[in-house]
Amino acid sequence: MPSYLFWLFATIMLIGAVAVIAFRNPVSSALAMVTSFVGLAALFIGLSAFFVGVIQILVYSGAIMVLFLFIIMLLDLKDEKRRSDSLAPLAAGLVLVAVFFIQLVGVLSHKLPNQTAPPLDKAVLAAAAEGYMGGQGDEKVPTKISTALESGSLPDVHIIGHTLFTQYNLPLQILGVLLLVSTVGVVTLSRKSAAND
Amino acid sequence: MASLNDYLLVSGLLFSIGLAGVVLRRNIIIVFMCLELMLSAANLTLVAFSRFNAAENGLPDSSGQMLVFFVITVAAAEVAVGLAIIVALYRARQTIHTDELVSLKG
Repeated sequence: MPSYLFWLFATIMLIGAVAVIAFRNPVSSALAMVTSFVGLAALFIGLSAFFVGVIQILVYSGAIMVLFLFIIMLLDLKDEKRRSDSLAPLAAGLVLVAVFFIQLVGVLSHKLPNQTAPPLDKAVLAAAAEGYMGGQGDEKVPTKISTALESGSLPDVHIIGHTLFTQYNLPLQILGVLLLVSTVGVVTLSRKSAAND
Repeated sequence: MASLNDYLLVSGLLFSIGLAGVVLRRNIIIVFMCLELMLSAANLTLVAFSRFNAAENGLPDSSGQMLVFFVITVAAAEVAVGLAIIVALYRARQTIHTDELVSLKG
């Protein structure tokens, strides 16, 4: 991604994030958050992580923010009242800012290796195709991934799916259990509070 | 091309904005949104590292993107449960301002 596009999307993302905490009205905050997440998805796509960029928009900007908006409108929230400033939270905030600033300077002053992204041109992609060949023993059967790599495109979704169902299969199953547990938990929470009314 | 340090700087700024929101705001839904911002900042760091450290075959390291996938799924589950808790809290107390929830204060 060219540098000016990186800074453009990074600025959109950061302005959206500042707007989330600056707006008094929760609905405005939720919509600012959508802006921030769209900028973030653009940064992901600029990093050649197409799948992550797409699910960032689908899951975060789509599903999660609609859920937030739904709850905000369900509860019919009023704008937040201004708080009277007291010294203790202000001091705590300043200490947090100072600590974080020192950490940021510490990380960024350190010259990290791999400052420039490794190239992803046709030669690199074609060389990687060998590892994704199918077949048993010595015979090499071209797969969808290797064909796409040889033609010079990055089949990001296929590679992620391949890794997910081979190397990370057990965590994926555990994740399924987690989603089931959270669904049951949400249903239980809603039922109990309904019974108390 | 933006360098790795640029991505780390932007993601650090996003994380700190999220942290500032958690500390500053009293509306518990906004606090929750800021938690999501902090998770996303971590995701940006992971994807940047995955792109800038190529795997052995020269492609971006897919392990980093796997972790992002898991983080997003866990965040979705967390939002569902958290919002259910907020609704239950609102039904019990008629408020979601953190200043007014002082039952545990000694």
